[in-house]
Amino acid sequence: MTSPHEQKKRKINGSVVVTANRLGDGAVVYRTADDHWTTDLAAAAVVAAPAAAALLARAEADGVRAVGPYIAPVELAPGDRVLPGNLRERIRLDGPTFALPGVV
Amino acid sequence: MYRYDEFDQALVEQRVSEFRDQVRRRLAGELTEDEFKILRLMNGVYLQLHAYMLRAAIPYGTLSSDQMRGLARVAQRYDRGYGHFTTRQNIQFNWIKLEEMPDTLADLASVGLHAMQTSGNCVRNITTDQWAGVAADEFEDPRIWAEILRQHSTLHPEFSFLPRKFKVAISAAAHDRAAVKVHDIGLRMVRDGAGEVGFEVIVGGGLGRTPFIGKTIKPFLHKRDFLSYIEAILRVYNQHGRRDNIYKARIKILVHELGAEKFAAEVENEWRAIKNGALALDPAVIAAVAARFSYPNYERLSDNPSALARARSEDRAFAAWFDSAVSNHRQPGYAIVTLSLKPIGGPPGDATAAQMDAIADLADRFSFGEIRVGHEQNLVLPHVAQRDLVELWQQLQMHELATPNVGLVSDIIACPGLDYCSLANARSIPVAQELTRRFRDPALARSIGRLHINISGCINACGHHHIGHIGILGVEKNGEEFYQITLGGRADEDAKLGTLLGPAVRYGEIADVIEDVVEAYVALRQRPEELFVDTVKRLGVEPFKERVYAAR
Repeated sequence: MTSPHEQKKRKINGSVVVTANRLGDGAVVYRTADDHWTTDLAAAAVVAAPAAAALLARAEADGVRAVGPYIAPVELAPGDRVLPGNLRERIRLDGPTFALPGVV
Repeated sequence: MYRYDEFDQALVEQRVSEFRDQVRRRLAGELTEDEFKILRLMNGVYLQLHAYMLRAAIPYGTLSSDQMRGLARVAQRYDRGYGHFTTRQNIQFNWIKLEEMPDTLADLASVGLHAMQTSGNCVRNITTDQWAGVAADEFEDPRIWAEILRQHSTLHPEFSFLPRKFKVAISAAAHDRAAVKVHDIGLRMVRDGAGEVGFEVIVGGGLGRTPFIGKTIKPFLHKRDFLSYIEAILRVYNQHGRRDNIYKARIKILVHELGAEKFAAEVENEWRAIKNGALALDPAVIAAVAARFSYPNYERLSDNPSALARARSEDRAFAAWFDSAVSNHRQPGYAIVTLSLKPIGGPPGDATAAQMDAIADLADRFSFGEIRVGHEQNLVLPHVAQRDLVELWQQLQMHELATPNVGLVSDIIACPGLDYCSLANARSIPVAQELTRRFRDPALARSIGRLHINISGCINACGHHHIGHIGILGVEKNGEEFYQITLGGRADEDAKLGTLLGPAVRYGEIADVIEDVVEAYVALRQRPEELFVDTVKRLGVEPFKERVYAAR
C-alpha cells in the first residue's frame, strides 16, 4: 500500500509505532519504549502521532541494529490489542497472504 | 552451454571475498546503511518487506543441471525452500539473512553463478530468447553476442555509474521472444540484402511509469561494430542522461526528449571516433567466444516417431500438454519443452528446491544437462528427443511441472507485488492465483487460445503489464488496493502498449472483471482462431468497455 517513502510524506493521525528491519536478517522489528527493538508488535511503544517524531529520531540514531526506521499506523483493538494499521503493515507482520511454495 | 574460463571464476570468487568483508564491516557497525546500501545492491541484495532478497544472475537465461542443483541448495540451505524466476531470466531468493549472504554467494560461485550487476545503475543481465541456439526460426545463436557484451560490460568502469539501470535484450529469430522493443537497447539479428547477418539496433524502449516502445536508430549494424556502437550509445546516455530526477533518468526519456533522429546523430558522432579502435571486433575474437559454447551431440532422429503420434492421438491429457508445451526444434527428431511454473493456484514463476533438483535430473536424462529460463517466468528443456516426450511428461506431472497452460490464459506473468516488495502498492500474486483458478479448465483455456495476462503491483511495471494482452496494474486509492486494466498490449516484434479499459476496480472485483473481458472477447471474435490481441486490435477497447462496465 503506502511505501515508507510515501508514508513519510503523509500526515499520520492516531496511534503509531516505529518500525524497521533488523540488520542481520531483515526481520520486521518495532521500537520499544526502552529503546530496544522487538519482533512482537504487542511489545512495541505505541504513541500518538505527534510524539512519534522523538521515538523515530532515537530509532534513526540506532543505525546498527535496524535499517530504515519509519512511522507506521496501528489500530487499537478491544483488550488493548495492537493491530497493523494498513495492509502493507499487516503483510509485514504476518508474511505473504498466500501459502508459500512447498508449504502444505 | 558456455564454459566460463579461469578469469570468470577468479572474478566471482574475488567478489565474494570482497563482499564478505563489506558485510562484516556493516554488521560490526563500521559502515552505515547509506555507505553499505550501494555495496549490497552491487551484489544483488535488496531489502524487501520482511527480509533481504538476493537476485542472482542467470546470463542469457542458460543454466546447467549442476547450476540448477546449486540454486536448489541455496533455496534449501539459506532460504525457505524455493526461489522465484523473474521476467529478466534471473532468480530471486526472498528470505536470505544478510549474515548468511556471503556464504550464499560462495555457494553460487562454486557453480559459476553470481549476483553482480543484478542491481544498480549499470548494464544488467543481458537477456535473450530462451530458445536461443535451438529455435527453428533463428539466424544464429544470439547468446554469443550476449556473452561478448557480458564480458565487455562486467565491471566496466565507465558504465558502473550510469544515470540509471540499463537493460539489453537480443533476439535472433523472426519471432521476438525476448521483448527487445521494451529494453534500453534491443538488438534484433537480421539479414541484409547481401545475405550478411547483423543487428537492427533499437533504443529507448522501456516500461515503468513512462512506457515507450523502442525506436530503431540503426537498421543494420555489422558484427564488427557491435561493441563500438553499443559503447557509443552508452557514452551518449552517460553524458546526456538526466541525473537530477530518478523518474526521468532512463535512456527512454533521453531518446524521447531529444528525438530518435537527434539521438542517433549523437551516437553516430561518438561512434565515428571509436569504431575503428580497440572495440572493432576481430572475427577471431567472435569465433573464440562462439567456440566456448558447446552444443549437444544430437542423434540422427526422425520427426514425429510413431509412439509419439500414437500418444498424441490416444491420450487427451498428453495431447493437451504437447500442444501447449512442446515447440519445434531446429534438429529433426528433437523438441523444445517448456516447463510451466504456473500451476493452478500457485505463485507464478516459483519453483521449490525439490522441483529444481527434479528439473536438474530430468535435464540430465532428457536434455543434455541444459535448462533455460524464459522471461515469461517458465523454464525450458531445450534439447528433448521426441521419442522421450511421453516419459518426460509423466515425470513432469509427478513434480507439478506439466500444467498444460503455456501461452494460455493462466500462464500469467506477475511481479512479487505487495506480498514481498517494498515498492508495491497492491498485491499481484493472489490476483494471479485467483485467475488461474477461474480458468483452470484446460478445455476452456484452449478454447480461449493464446492470451497473456501480465500483472504489476506498482507503476514500476516489473510484471510488464503494459505489454500484456491483458495488463493489470495495482494502484492504491485511500489505503485500498485497486487495479487498472489495459487491453491489447504485446511484447513481440509488433510490440505495443495496451490501452486503458476504464476505471480501476477493487481487489475483490478484479477476477470477475477479467472473466468478463475474456467472455466479451469470446463473443466478439470473428472466428475461434482470432487471437484476443487481434480482436482488440480490430475493434479497440470500447466494445469491451461497454460489456464490462455496463453490468457494474
